[in-house]
Amino acid sequence: MSNIGVDRWVAESEDRDQRYTGWAGPARRLLDRVPSGWKLLGFLGVAAAYPYLVAQSGLRIGITALLLALLAIGLNTVVGWAGLLDLGYIAFYGFGAYFYGAVSSDQIGVHWPTWVSIPVIVAASALLGALLSLPSRRLVGDYLAIMTLFFAQVFLELIVNYERLPGVETNLTGGPNGIIGVEPWRLFGFSFDTFNRNFYLLLFLLGLVIVLLRNIDGSRTGRAWRALREDTLAAAHMTTPVNRLKMLAFAVGAAIAGLTGTVLGPVQVGVFPNNFQLLFLITIYAALILGGLGSIPGAVLGAVAVAFTPEILRNPGTAGWLFYAGLVVLLIMVLKKWTVIAAVLVGLVAFGSAVRLAALAIWDETILGTANDIFLSDLLDGWLLILGPAQDVVSNYAFVSAVAGVLGVIAAKGWWRAALLVPTVYLAIFVWENKLALQPSITRQLLFGGVLVVMMAVRPQGLLGTRRVEIT
Amino acid sequence: MTMPILEISGLSKAFGGLKVIQNLDLTVAPGEVVSVIGPNGAGKTTLFNMISGIYQPDAGEILFDRGSIVGATPEEIANRGIARTFQTLRLFLNMTVRENVMAATYGATKTRMWQSALRTPMARREQEEVKRLAEEKLAFFGDRLVGYRWDQPAYSLSYANRRRLEIARAMATNPHLLMLDEPAAGMNPAETLEITGLIGRLRDEAGFAILVIEHDMHVVEGVSDRVIALDHGVKIAEGSFEAVAEDPAVIEAYLGYGAANTR
Repeated sequence: MSNIGVDRWVAESEDRDQRYTGWAGPARRLLDRVPSGWKLLGFLGVAAAYPYLVAQSGLRIGITALLLALLAIGLNTVVGWAGLLDLGYIAFYGFGAYFYGAVSSDQIGVHWPTWVSIPVIVAASALLGALLSLPSRRLVGDYLAIMTLFFAQVFLELIVNYERLPGVETNLTGGPNGIIGVEPWRLFGFSFDTFNRNFYLLLFLLGLVIVLLRNIDGSRTGRAWRALREDTLAAAHMTTPVNRLKMLAFAVGAAIAGLTGTVLGPVQVGVFPNNFQLLFLITIYAALILGGLGSIPGAVLGAVAVAFTPEILRNPGTAGWLFYAGLVVLLIMVLKKWTVIAAVLVGLVAFGSAVRLAALAIWDETILGTANDIFLSDLLDGWLLILGPAQDVVSNYAFVSAVAGVLGVIAAKGWWRAALLVPTVYLAIFVWENKLALQPSITRQLLFGGVLVVMMAVRPQGLLGTRRVEIT
Repeated sequence: MTMPILEISGLSKAFGGLKVIQNLDLTVAPGEVVSVIGPNGAGKTTLFNMISGIYQPDAGEILFDRGSIVGATPEEIANRGIARTFQTLRLFLNMTVRENVMAATYGATKTRMWQSALRTPMARREQEEVKRLAEEKLAFFGDRLVGYRWDQPAYSLSYANRRRLEIARAMATNPHLLMLDEPAAGMNPAETLEITGLIGRLRDEAGFAILVIEHDMHVVEGVSDRVIALDHGVKIAEGSFEAVAEDPAVIEAYLGYGAANTR
């Protein structure tokens, strides 16, 4: 019985890894003790207050976040739980949106009451999901992904190019123009015809879907999904009807996507082919993976992060703050010792001053422009070149040099690295102030990408995901 | 003699030109432990894979509870009462220990997804039953898989405990026949001894008929009511452990031609 000690040590090593340390520890432990139902209520409460705190533009972002959250938790059912890499998911979103648009606008002159159209659309989406899973039920992984990607593409082609059914005059989808004038949900004589009302409608749907999915997750069906994700063959040997459960996962995911689609039309008073491009599918995946595959709170948090981060970065001041904070954190992480960091900073200012003096000696003050008005601009004064007229040309070369410098820093070792670091950091700041900060629309995408990369490198399991292992 | 629970006759399987199983006859009676031994590549695991429905035999018949199971899917066969473990462990690693066992009750439970979603009284009752059943199966292993481990992920278990969990999971499908593929592989002598006792308890206390593949002759000697030796897919000996162990064909299969005469 002596090996029980070793065994227990192995079993508890997981706890040791997960034990929270530092200042965040007590807070995390406290949060872990709160039942998840209360957390959901807390989230819904905060979200319900959101429209009172923001302007109309903020409300739009909130609606985008809620749509994305609903899509992400639906996708989580298929990908996170059942482990089926479904790239056709976007088609079900489009199916729901177009179906609702067609029966709630003047497009074909049909106006179904909401209490009829929503159940019909949800059921039809589920059925479509189940049908599309039929040809792909023997496929897994990459092959399933390719097959379902094909479905997504076919859907897009169909709605754009086959707006009329053969032999029928009615224009069903509006082709490339989409369907306009989609009417809002109307229930019990109440019309969801403002952003505000649609926000609360989406919030209600999100809460409802989360509760239903959470119940399923802990049930027989949820267990079977996760079992077939972990090991399909073993699951089959343990009495799991694999094909039926795969079909069910597809159907549930499709139903949620279809339901979400029915709110898109009313929100933007129309549905358009552009809403269902593959890029948006990748955004849904990004939200899900960022939040943590397999976790409902994670999917919601990921959706909120993905919807809001680019909007926050739209403001150059915020973007600049993020850039410099990132730079400082990176320096600390790479250099570790504060003496070295101080040396690099001093070297940076010295190097910058030398460059500035040299530039002013060769040319004259006419090359100078004015610094961007951000909170740090005083600190940069005197040692950073802010170019005027020649900005575009020089900063492009500097951009390429900065990238080369970063590659050099990664490849170099020891003193070479330290020596390369100073001009590289200088170039990075130079490029930021002379180019990137002036083009916020492009820069925010770059920054957003950078944030995602760093996030996933730091926490591969996503914000709220649990680490999965694949050891045998 | 009682009616055999598993009755295999004339079973053959070839992968291309390689005849893995040739014209094999095999029976297992209720409450009997039958061991299948043989060198690596003798076709033991292929035999298991045919019984559990992964492979279809080229020829021959497999009768279980007097009904043919040839052509049935693994899921159907599991539902009819044959459970197995795997030589290379195939647990649901990222699920908890208890969930691993609970997942094996899918075929025996009835709750529909919509009932689970709405948490109807029937769904809640069945969930409790399944939970209790899983804990009961885990309790069979005494302090090896005790309560504090039930909510830990399966990957946190040691190798020996993973083997035990696989057996517990197989038990949860409520089988009549339990097929164990090398249950003592990778275990130390103390654990091997424990497995020997465990297989005896599985037969005596839980009442399973057991078909077991095992390389460790101490285990085979300790548990077997009957031993079947395979070599290159052909049954070369059958009988009590002593008879099979003394059989010249078996000794030759393990040690090479002529080895039987030098003993």
